[in-house]
Amino acid sequence: MNVTTANAASSLTPAEQKSVSRITFWNIFVAFAAFALAVPMGAYQVLVRSGYFPELKNAALYYTSVSTHGVLMAYVLSTFFIMGFGYHTAANSLKQGLWNKKFTWFGFWLATIGVILAAIALLTGRASVLYTFYPPEMAHPIFYIGAAMLVIGSWFWCVDMIVETVRWKRRHPGQPVPVIMFGTVMNALLWLWTSLGVAAEVVFQLIPVSLGWDDALDPGLARTLFSETLHAIVYFWLFPAYLVMYSILPKEAGGRLFGDEIARIAFIMLFIFSVPIGFHHLYVDPQQAAGWKLLHMFGTFMVAVPSLITGFTVIASMEIAGRLRGGKGVFGWLKTLDYGNPVVLAGVLALLMLTVGGWGGVINASYSLDTVVHNTQWIPGHFHLIYGGTTVIMYFAAAYWLIPKITKHKLFSRKLALFQLVLWFLGMWITTIPWHYLGIIGQPRRVDTLVAYQQAGGELLKSWDLSMLVMNVGAIMLLVSGILFIINLLFSVVRPEPDEAEKIVEYARAIKEPMKVPYVLNSLSFWNWTMFFYLLASYGYPVLQFWFLKTPQSIPWGY
Amino acid sequence: MAEIHIDPLEKKWIYFIAFFLLISWGTILYYTFGKGVRPPSNVEVIDSARLHLPDGVGGGEFMEKNLGVHVDNNDHIKVIMVAARYGFYPQHFTVPVDTPITFRLASFDVLHGVHIPESNMNTMIVPGYVSEVHTQFTKTGQFPLICNEYCGRSHAYMYGMIDIVPKAQFKAEQSAHAGSMASNKDTQEQRT
Repeated sequence: MNVTTANAASSLTPAEQKSVSRITFWNIFVAFAAFALAVPMGAYQVLVRSGYFPELKNAALYYTSVSTHGVLMAYVLSTFFIMGFGYHTAANSLKQGLWNKKFTWFGFWLATIGVILAAIALLTGRASVLYTFYPPEMAHPIFYIGAAMLVIGSWFWCVDMIVETVRWKRRHPGQPVPVIMFGTVMNALLWLWTSLGVAAEVVFQLIPVSLGWDDALDPGLARTLFSETLHAIVYFWLFPAYLVMYSILPKEAGGRLFGDEIARIAFIMLFIFSVPIGFHHLYVDPQQAAGWKLLHMFGTFMVAVPSLITGFTVIASMEIAGRLRGGKGVFGWLKTLDYGNPVVLAGVLALLMLTVGGWGGVINASYSLDTVVHNTQWIPGHFHLIYGGTTVIMYFAAAYWLIPKITKHKLFSRKLALFQLVLWFLGMWITTIPWHYLGIIGQPRRVDTLVAYQQAGGELLKSWDLSMLVMNVGAIMLLVSGILFIINLLFSVVRPEPDEAEKIVEYARAIKEPMKVPYVLNSLSFWNWTMFFYLLASYGYPVLQFWFLKTPQSIPWGY
Repeated sequence: MAEIHIDPLEKKWIYFIAFFLLISWGTILYYTFGKGVRPPSNVEVIDSARLHLPDGVGGGEFMEKNLGVHVDNNDHIKVIMVAARYGFYPQHFTVPVDTPITFRLASFDVLHGVHIPESNMNTMIVPGYVSEVHTQFTKTGQFPLICNEYCGRSHAYMYGMIDIVPKAQFKAEQSAHAGSMASNKDTQEQRT
C-alpha cells in the first residue's frame, strides 16, 4: 500500500469541490482576460517597431501599449493563473476543502480591484513608465496603489497555500506532502520572499513621491530593491509550468514520474537560488560594486541546476510513457508519445523552447558577456522565449486540462487546441530568433522607431532589415494563436457539453513513491531560515550602503 | 531518519551539471581576474541637479566646459559626457582605435543607458551616480551611441555619434586643433 491510495480514502465533498472550482475559475478568468487584452498590443508593437507600417507610428500610444502589455502579461496573467492553479492543486492533491473562504475571496478581490485601478492609469496613458517602474520617472499614484494591491492580494494566496500544507501535515504526521503541493507551497514561499523588494520600493519610495508626500528618491536604491524581485519573479511564473510537467504530463502521457525526491530537491533549489541573485539585472549599474555582482553571478548559475534536473526528469518520464506505448530503440519512444493530448504536446514544445532559452539565460548570467547584450533586443527575445514560450504554452495546456475539470464541460475542440499550441510555438520562434540576433548586432530594446539611428554611417541599419521583416510574421502568428486559444476556452464555457468523466483529478505517480522523506525534503521552516540568511548575506550590505552613501536624491520627472 | 533515494542515472546527470557549473564559473573567473573584464561598477555619487555648477556633491567635473575628449600627458584618453533628455553631450566626438579609453557619464535628469553597437561599451546611467566604463575599440568607423533605457516619449531619438579613427589620424587632428579642446570644437560645429 502506498501513500496515494491511503489519501484517496478521503475526498472532497461536492460543496467543497464547488467552492474550489469557483475560486479557480475566476482567477483563471482574470488571468486570460488580461492575456486577451495584451496579445493584440504585443502584435501592434511589433508592427510599429518594424518600420514597415509608418502610418501606425505614435510614440505616446506605443509606450502606453508597452507598459500595459508588460503589466498584464507579466503581473496579471501570471499571478492570477498561479493563484487559480494553486487553489485547484491544494484542494485536489491534499483532498481537503479551503480553510477560510472569506479570506481567500478577500485576497482575490483586493488583487482584482488593484488590477482595475492600475489598468485605468495604464490605458489612459498616465502610467507609461513600463512594467519595471524605473523612477525617477513617475506615474499616476493609482498605478502604484493598484500594483501594491495586486501584490498584497497575492500574499493572501501565499498564506492560503502555507496554511493548507501545514493543516495537511498536522493530519498526516511524518508523511511526505504530495509532490505537486510541495512545489506549489515552495512557489508561495518564493513569491512572499521575492515580492518584498518591489513592495518596499512601491510603498516607501514610489507611492509617497507620486502623492507628493515626499519630494525626492534614490533611483539606485529603487533599482536594487526591484532587482530582488525581478529575477525570482520569473521563477514564480515558471514554477507552475514545471509542476504541470512533473505531476500532470506523465499521467496524461500514460507513464510515471521518474523521480519523486529529485523533484523535491529541484523545487527547493528553485526557491533558494532564485531569490538572492538579482544582481545580474544590475551588472552594468553604477550603484553596486563589482564584488557583489560577482557573488550574485555564482548563485545565478546555481539556479540553472533545478532547470537542468527538471529537463532530465521530465524527459525520462516521457520516455517511460513512450516505451509503455510500444516505443523501441534509443529514440523510438519519441514517435509513440500521444501528441494528440494537449498537455503532452505542449510539454514537448515547452522543453524545446526552454533548452534554447535557457542557454540564452546563461549568457545573460555571465558577468562578462552581459555587457554585449544588456538592454538590447536580445533581452526581450530571451524572456519571450522562456516566459511567453515555455511558461505560457504550459499555462495554455493547463487551462485545456483544467477548464473541463472545473466546469464539467468538454473542451470545445481538441484539434483546435493542438493547432493553436503548434502555431504559438512556431510564432514564438519566428518572433524571438530575429530579436536575439538583432540584440547581438546592437539594436536597443524599448524603442518605438529606429529612424533616428539612420544618421549613423556604415551598414548597421541595413543589417537589421531582414530580421525586422521576419518578426512581423511571427507576431501575426502569435496573435492568431492567442485568439484561437481564447475562442476555444470561451466556447467550452458558454456552449456546455456536459462531461462528468472529465472532472476526476489524478496526478502522476512516481516509479518509487516514498513512504517517508528526509526532514529537509518536507520542511518549510528549515528553508525559510536558509533563505533569510542567504538573502541577508547577498542583499544586506548592498541595500544598507544607501544609508552611508548619502546619494543626492532625484526629483520625480514626467515622461 | 529517512534516506534520500537518487537513481544512478540521476547521479550521472548531477555530475554532468556540476561539471557544467565548474566550467562556467572557471571561465568567468578567468576573464575577471586574468583578463580584467569587469562590468562598470564604481559606486560614486553626484548631485544630478547641479551638474552645471562648480559646487555640490561631485560638482565641477560635468560642467559644460569640461565635456568632451581629454588626452593627458601619458596619452590616456578620458571622455566626460552628460546624458540628458534627449541627447548625449558632446553629441559628436572622435577617439582613436586600439587605445584604452575611460568614459565618465552622468545623467542630468532620469535613467538613461548608453550602448555602442558591436562593442562592450554598455552602461546604465542612473541619476545620482557617475558611471565609469573602461574600454578599447577594435574597429574604425562611425557608430551611434544609443540610449538603451526608456527615458521618455522621445527616447528613440536619443543618440550621439562617435568616430573611431586610426591612431595617427587622431594624433594629427589633435595637433591641428591644439590640445584637448579639439573635440569640443567639433561639437560646436556640429550644433550650428
